[in-house]
Amino acid sequence: MTYDLVVVGGGPAGVAGALTAVRAGLRVALVDSGARLGGQYFRHCAVPGAVPGAVPGAVPGAVPGLGRFLRQARALGERADVLLRHQVWSAAREPDATLAVHGVTPSPEGERPVVLRTRRLLIATGAYDRPLPFPGWDLPGVLTAGGAQALLKGSGVVAGRRVVVSGTGPFLLPAACGLAGAGARVLGVYEAGGALGLARRPLLALDKAGEAARYAVDLARHRVPYRTRQAVVAAHGEREVEAVTVARLDKGWNIIATRVVECDTVAAGYGFVPQIELGTQLGCGTRHDVDGSQVLTVDTGQRTTVPGVWAAGEPTGVGGWRLSELEGRVAGLAVVADSRALHAGPATGTAPREGAARAVPGVLVRRRVRWRRFGEALQRAYPVKPGWQGWLRDDTLVCRCEEVPLARVREAQDLGATDARSIKLLARPGMGWCQGRVCGYALSCLAGEPPQPPRRPIAQPVTLGALSESGEASAGVTVDGTGGARADDPPSHPNPPTRRNS
Amino acid sequence: MSDVIVVGAGVVGAACAYYAARAGLDVTVIDRGPVAGGTTGSGEGNVLVSDKEPGPELELAVLSNRLWRSLAQRYGGDGGFEFEAKGGLVVAETPEIQERLAGLAAKQDVEHTLVPAGSLRDYEPHLAGDLAGGVLYPQDAQVQPMLAAAALLRHAARSYGQGALRLRLGTAVTGITRSGGRATGVRTSKGDVRGGAVINAAGTWGGEVAALAGVDLPILPRRGFILVTEPLREPLIRHKVYTAAYVTNVASDSPELETSAVVEGTPAGTVLIGASRERVGFDRTTSVPVLARLAGQAVALFPTLRDVRAIRSYCGFRPYCPDHLPVIGPDPRMPGLYHACGHEGAGIGLAPATGHLLAQLIAGHRPDLDLSPFRPGRFSEEDQ
Repeated sequence: MTYDLVVVGGGPAGVAGALTAVRAGLRVALVDSGARLGGQYFRHCAVPGAVPGAVPGAVPGAVPGLGRFLRQARALGERADVLLRHQVWSAAREPDATLAVHGVTPSPEGERPVVLRTRRLLIATGAYDRPLPFPGWDLPGVLTAGGAQALLKGSGVVAGRRVVVSGTGPFLLPAACGLAGAGARVLGVYEAGGALGLARRPLLALDKAGEAARYAVDLARHRVPYRTRQAVVAAHGEREVEAVTVARLDKGWNIIATRVVECDTVAAGYGFVPQIELGTQLGCGTRHDVDGSQVLTVDTGQRTTVPGVWAAGEPTGVGGWRLSELEGRVAGLAVVADSRALHAGPATGTAPREGAARAVPGVLVRRRVRWRRFGEALQRAYPVKPGWQGWLRDDTLVCRCEEVPLARVREAQDLGATDARSIKLLARPGMGWCQGRVCGYALSCLAGEPPQPPRRPIAQPVTLGALSESGEASAGVTVDGTGGARADDPPSHPNPPTRRNS
Repeated sequence: MSDVIVVGAGVVGAACAYYAARAGLDVTVIDRGPVAGGTTGSGEGNVLVSDKEPGPELELAVLSNRLWRSLAQRYGGDGGFEFEAKGGLVVAETPEIQERLAGLAAKQDVEHTLVPAGSLRDYEPHLAGDLAGGVLYPQDAQVQPMLAAAALLRHAARSYGQGALRLRLGTAVTGITRSGGRATGVRTSKGDVRGGAVINAAGTWGGEVAALAGVDLPILPRRGFILVTEPLREPLIRHKVYTAAYVTNVASDSPELETSAVVEGTPAGTVLIGASRERVGFDRTTSVPVLARLAGQAVALFPTLRDVRAIRSYCGFRPYCPDHLPVIGPDPRMPGLYHACGHEGAGIGLAPATGHLLAQLIAGHRPDLDLSPFRPGRFSEEDQ
């Protein structure tokens, strides 16, 4: 059977998009790699039945939007195929012009391939942390800010730890608050950017001030110092982190003075990298966002440059969960309009594009523009400055998977590698397990070029066994999350929920 | 003014530059991208004698194999490019195929050992149990192709004087300058470069460079995908292992998809899995059915790979000539213009011999091998 819409990603954008489409009677499947819906922002607290205040480590009310998200997720689970623990590794155009979304899911016999056929695809794959390397960042105990958030999932994991939070961007605040709330001793939040980042920009002051102020109060309550123009520039320890060097930085992030702070955990994050490889696999056009990230180009209906493919949330530009949810809804409405235009046939005289444009109410469009501007202003307020490259030593690993030190990167450049790709080919940074997700941004900075669109034909590792069976599946056998063929289901019949929370 | 201008900083261009510098010539290498940014950067690094039918290409391969070895030895054992004399093992699915393989090996006249079915696992302990035998070619080797190109350029500059080799990367060749019908250099995005001889080592894009000189060279892209697994803790696969179908596919003219299992480990611990061939132009779109077939064939050969994960794949475009032979030698239609391209899937293996023979020719010596089977004019001779 062929879905009307497959959504990849179960965060705010994906769930809103899927729900919008399913409510209009479309056959929808949503696929996510996690054990539950929520995405980076909501996952760790989106336990069914959880009340926001009871989330481990969360300060009361610190997870705005959670209640609303849980309601949406519940509604979606009742009406769409929600396939959790499914890793999507490829999205491809089939000869009959439909799209095939290839994934794998764990099963008792090993990894099982899953292929979803669909007329439309919504890419809502979110973003991952953007770390910067520094000496010692490969020591156990050094985490990304998002990774530290993930630790909060199991209560007690962080209790008693002495944590230093460092990096740039507003996300450091909830990360620090979450850690402090979970019982960790947060020794300081070191924001490499300038002191006036938020206040200087009226947009931010207008829209986000309330939230920022709440975090500030919370930090004060836990006696967590917040220092700007400072950052962790090195981590020290034998087997794991025992101390870090915190530096005072100038405007360009060059080191002015340093001191050593004893700690056992470092949470560092310098923004986010939108996850767009399913889009680039399909040939979707990309652009550079304000923060330099590659993002998918979309129109006002969240359509990418490839027919039948929509994108919403961080893959179209980092802007936070509110914007993501809004874009998910917009994409859902545009998908519905596209589907209706198809069913109405060409006789209506309305091009699908025009129809879809009208399908998105102006109020949503305007709100989206506002939130997008806000996201861009945030990116502008927290730029990464080139001085960080001076924190590295020759032996500092740039790529942790392949253990490539800075010296080897410089060697490759000396050998004639003039861009990040050829550095990778000569010195192997980005060739390992994470496929350059961790080191890609840093490497492109070192190569002196803006990040290029990702080339990841295999978006997630897949066993050769499952991969070999993906070919058969592609040839006509469609497998779904419940293990049974669904080809007999009449269209628009609400599918039984296949939510598989653990 | 250089004695030689090499267009293309892939492995063939690098070898041409290396041997020209070694012959005492001043060389400028020009590439629109970085070193090894084209097909070289998408290769497996095959240095094979086993997959060639008897004939001129095999002779070229044997010479090249010897040259790779001496290059590796000369520069620290692995040459700075992970030279590994691992040997190739061609396996047969049926007794008939095994017989054919044995027949080919006898004609090839290169070092080989017939391996009966019962002994296959002495060479490759994880091979499937249902194979009918194989042939081991100890001369087959592997290099890391990108490093090989970069290292050859580096060695040339270091060994024969920095002045002997200039590298101009990120510089696109936009024309061939000429005087009285003779090539006198190239026009680039960053100005003209004059030279006594111009070598077209632009690989799959060799036809485009030839067109700049107003000559026709029928080089077409033949796409191939490679799957790369996660790094394995213990090397599972010792040799380059491939099925007999590979030999047939290499020599085939079909534009349709053809796949055969080619499986090997690398010093980085990953396993590389090929090989597919299709003529689909320069389309980079990943084909899941092709990847699935490659995975299936590899698992059939090495069942233990079933639970190993593929973490990436890449594709490249082999420079394919209608008669499967590379184009090496002077272009009779434009004096001063030489070609060194069209090596299809064997460019890494054949690079040193190509560079060595061309350098001999340009320096005014008699080449060690007869280059006439590779002559650039051969495609248009019927018309003349």
